[in-house]
Parts: sequence; structure tokens; C-alpha cells
Amino acid sequence: MNNPNFDLLMFARGPLFDFALLVFVAGVLIRVVEILVLGRKKDFSKAKGKPVQQGIKTIFTRTLPRPGAIKANPITIVGGYVFHIGFFIAFLLFVPHIALIEELTGLSWPGVGRVIIESSTVLAVIAGLALLYTRWRDPVRRKLTTWVDYLVLVLSLLPLITGYVAVNKLFGDPTFMMALHILSVDILMIVFPFTKLMHAFTFAMARYYNGSIQGRKGAES
Amino acid sequence: MPSSPLLPKLMKAHGVSRRSFLKYCASLTSLMALPPAMAPRVAYALETAPRPSVIWLSFQECTGCTEAITRSSAPSLEELIFDAISLDYHHTLQAASGAAAEHAREAAMKEHWGKYLVIVDGSIPLDEPGYSAIAGISNLDMLKETAEGAAAIVSVGTCAAYGGLPQANPNPTGAGAVSDIIKDKPIINVPGCPPIPMVMTAVLAHYLTFGIPDLDELGRPKAFFAESIHDRCYRRPFYDKGLFAEGFDDEGARAGWCLYKLGCKGPTTKSVCATVKWNDGTSFPIEAGHGCLGCTEPDFWDNGGFYKPLSAPAGNYRRVGQAAVIAGVAAGAGGAYLARKGKADALANHETVDAFTLEKEEKES
Repeated sequence: MNNPNFDLLMFARGPLFDFALLVFVAGVLIRVVEILVLGRKKDFSKAKGKPVQQGIKTIFTRTLPRPGAIKANPITIVGGYVFHIGFFIAFLLFVPHIALIEELTGLSWPGVGRVIIESSTVLAVIAGLALLYTRWRDPVRRKLTTWVDYLVLVLSLLPLITGYVAVNKLFGDPTFMMALHILSVDILMIVFPFTKLMHAFTFAMARYYNGSIQGRKGAES
Repeated sequence: MPSSPLLPKLMKAHGVSRRSFLKYCASLTSLMALPPAMAPRVAYALETAPRPSVIWLSFQECTGCTEAITRSSAPSLEELIFDAISLDYHHTLQAASGAAAEHAREAAMKEHWGKYLVIVDGSIPLDEPGYSAIAGISNLDMLKETAEGAAAIVSVGTCAAYGGLPQANPNPTGAGAVSDIIKDKPIINVPGCPPIPMVMTAVLAHYLTFGIPDLDELGRPKAFFAESIHDRCYRRPFYDKGLFAEGFDDEGARAGWCLYKLGCKGPTTKSVCATVKWNDGTSFPIEAGHGCLGCTEPDFWDNGGFYKPLSAPAGNYRRVGQAAVIAGVAAGAGGAYLARKGKADALANHETVDAFTLEKEEKES
């Protein structure tokens, strides 16, 4: 006799995770290495400013919204922050997740308690839904949004929702919900290199490039 | 059956007072998740229940389940319940051996056909019946033959319930559970490696008093297998606070912190270990400092390693990861090289054209 819920969990933790890891690691490396190796055409002009310094500075300064942006698009800016910070607290400070990273890389750090993890999860989900709603409500952004963008947003929310349900045993068999949680992460890892989720790795390169162009021209970025 | 003495008589013989018997009935009632008002009914039912004939079949097993149930606790009220059944056949416990033992089984079956209870511990080899045989009879044949006249079957231990250790990868004997073979009889699974003695006796008591208990989708009595160990664990508050032991003997482990990172399977394991406990309520594995192995769940030997956290990947991820890094870097560099080469080639093959040549070509055509 088998426990189908446990079998699904073992599939999600076992062969499917291996496949997802292969696609994720190889996919991300292909894209990042390709960008780096391709490089940029050498600019022979003498730099008027400090391109490297401005480039590095931009990586950090673009984390903050430009003046007036919060007023213009409050939900996009605030929701974006809440979603990202909440997602990373839930992902990186929940001890079972740290145990997973430790198993994979040997790196470990202390986690935080359930109150912080679950509050962050709930806030991140609410923010994600708000982002989804505003994106859908605004005719311009709706026009700009492809189905992959919606898919990516939904796939980013699923691990948060399924994880919350599994840990709190809200409904369904807890083992089954845990399997769904890991399954949702496997799927997120598989689609990652092929979608805009790649921004998690490419944002720094893009910001550095923009900053260094301005820096070379002698402008403050 | 009525020829065997009823419980009150046995109690007297064992020097057990009525007070302690009623106390036992009350705890049994709560253990079986019945309302407290049912305690007198349990007592009455136990006192008046005729002792059913029980045939205990041991197949591919380690005798751990028998060890557990016979050493349940002193002053052995459980043992008394054990006495309340008529154990007509049990390899380890019976005095008779060889042909005489088999005759006892056949006689019990004949006399109580359709009414006797079969308890099985151990899994059954299905690849080659000869892997395990008793008195020249293969386990498979003995189970089929004995189950035919049974009122119900209790699969005691994870081996009988789900295949257990003998079924662990690569399952050399093709071991199967009782429920894989017998399909037409009610089967109660009491998994565990071994099951908690109190749970085994309580299930027998429930069978004696109220018949077959409510079972979950894995055939386990809901009264004992409805909640996860994690939810009832005394270390749970530390899980909620984010305090986890990093080693079996570090300060955190001694301070009672959660054993999740050391591979505890409590969150996915259903059993009453954390509440009923072992050795007369003394403690249970997690209290002794070791994570739960998940022994009441099917395939617990093959569920990704006892000392790996539940959240950790269970497959061959290290090799896969290394291969992914090599493949990713190589493919990325290769792609970039091809793109650069394409650009360089295009530049090299670019033919320059001036107005003079164009004019000339136009005239010629």
C-alpha cells in the first residue's frame, strides 16, 4: 500500500526537483554567461566622468523610486517593495528553507520565528494580488502585459500561498499540500530562465550598464 | 468460545482491582477518542465480551512488534487485555512447535471458522514464495488459507500494513503488505516500527467492544492516526519560534529545540507517539533526542533519508547541479562565441560598393 500524497511529495523533492535544478542552474548560467561574454563594443572616447563609479552607484540608487513615482503609482511602488521584501523574508529566513539551502550549498544562517514569516507571506500575497489587479485595471499596462507576465506573477505567488496553507494546515492533507508547495517551486524554477524572472540576476548588470553610460558622459546617474 | 474465562475472572487471577480496571477503561476510552460517558460501556463490554480466538501470523518480520506488545507495561493491564483474547497460534509465544503448532492453527480455524481474528506481523514475499515459509507452507499460502475464515485481520506493524523494511528499495523478496493480497476481509492497519503497545491493545479492545474502528484512507484507526506528531510535539513551540537544533548534542538539542534540521519526519507522520508516548508514558523518540523516522507511514525507509531535513531535495541533486553548472557555462560561452563569430564573419564578408560600380552594373544590365 502506498500513500499517494507522500509519493507526490517524494516526486517533487526527488526527480522533479533534480530536473528543475538542472533547468534553473543551466538556464540562468547560459543567459548570464552569454551576456557577459558577448560584452559591449569598446568605447574609444575618453571618459568625461567616472563610468565605473557611476555604474556601481546606479545598481543601488535604482532600488529607490525616483521623486514623484510613489505619488503617480502608489500601488505599483509600495506593492513592489512589499512583495519583494516579503517574498525574500519568507524564502530566506524560514528555517526549513535554510535547511534546503544548507543541504545544497553548505551555507547557513539563523532564521526567524513563525510570526514574522507568516506575516511577511500574507503581506507579500496581498501585495502580489494588488499588483495583479492594478496591472489589469490600467488600460495602458494591460495592453503591455503578455500572458507570460500574468503567468510569472501567478507562479511567484503560488509557493507563498501553498506554503502558508501547508504549514498552517488550512485545508487538504498537509503532506499533499506540502507536495503542492514544492511542486509549485519546481515549476517556478523551470520557467525562471525563460521569463522576466531573470531580472533577479540581470538587474544588476542592466543598472550598471545604464549608470556607466551616464558616468562616461560625465552625468550623475 | 464461552468456555474460556471472562475478564473479571482473569482480573481476579492477576490480582487487578476493579478500580484500576475502570481507570484503564477510562484512559482507553479517551485514547479511542470516545466521549468520557462511554467509559462504563467500555468496561461493561470488556467484561462481558466473549474472548475471540486469535491467530497471530508472523512473516517477514523481526519480532519487534511481538516484543513491544508483550513488554507493554507493568502491572500489565494491557497484558490482561491480551489475555482477554484466546491466542491460539503464535510462533514466538506458543509452547508447541513443528507439526503440533500447525495443528493448533488448523484446529482453531476449524472450530471458530468465520469468527476468529487474524493478526499479522511481517510482510509477505511475492516474488518467490520460498523466501519465507513456515512448516513447509509459504507465507502467501498461509495468509490466504488463514484469512479465508477470518472475521477481520489486524496488520500489526508497518511491514504487515505497508510492506515496511522488507519492501525497502530494492525489495529483494518482492515483499507486499497484507492489503496487497487480501481484498475481501476488513483489514485494520496498526503501523509503526513497532506500533505503540498501548495502541495495539486499544485497537484490540475496540474490536472486542465496538467492532472495527473508523479507519483513514491508509486503513489506520483514525483515533490513533489522525494527527501528525509535529502538531502534538513538545518541541513544537521552538519550531514556531524559529529555534532549531543543529546537532544531536548541541545546546539547542538539549534545550528542547526542534529537530527538523536533523531530519525529523514529524510533520508528515501521523501517530500518537507525542501524546500516548512509550514505556508506560515515559517518553518518545523525539523526547529522547532523535527525530521521528516516520515509521507509521508507507515506504518510510525510502523517503529521502532519516537525517535529511524534509525540505531538502531527496534525489541526485549534487551531480545534477554540477552538470548544470558545466553545461550552462559552456552553452552560454558557446552561444556568445557563435554570435561574435557571426558578427565578425559578416564584417569580413561585407563587400563594399561604390557609386561607380553600381552605375556600371546598371549599364550592363
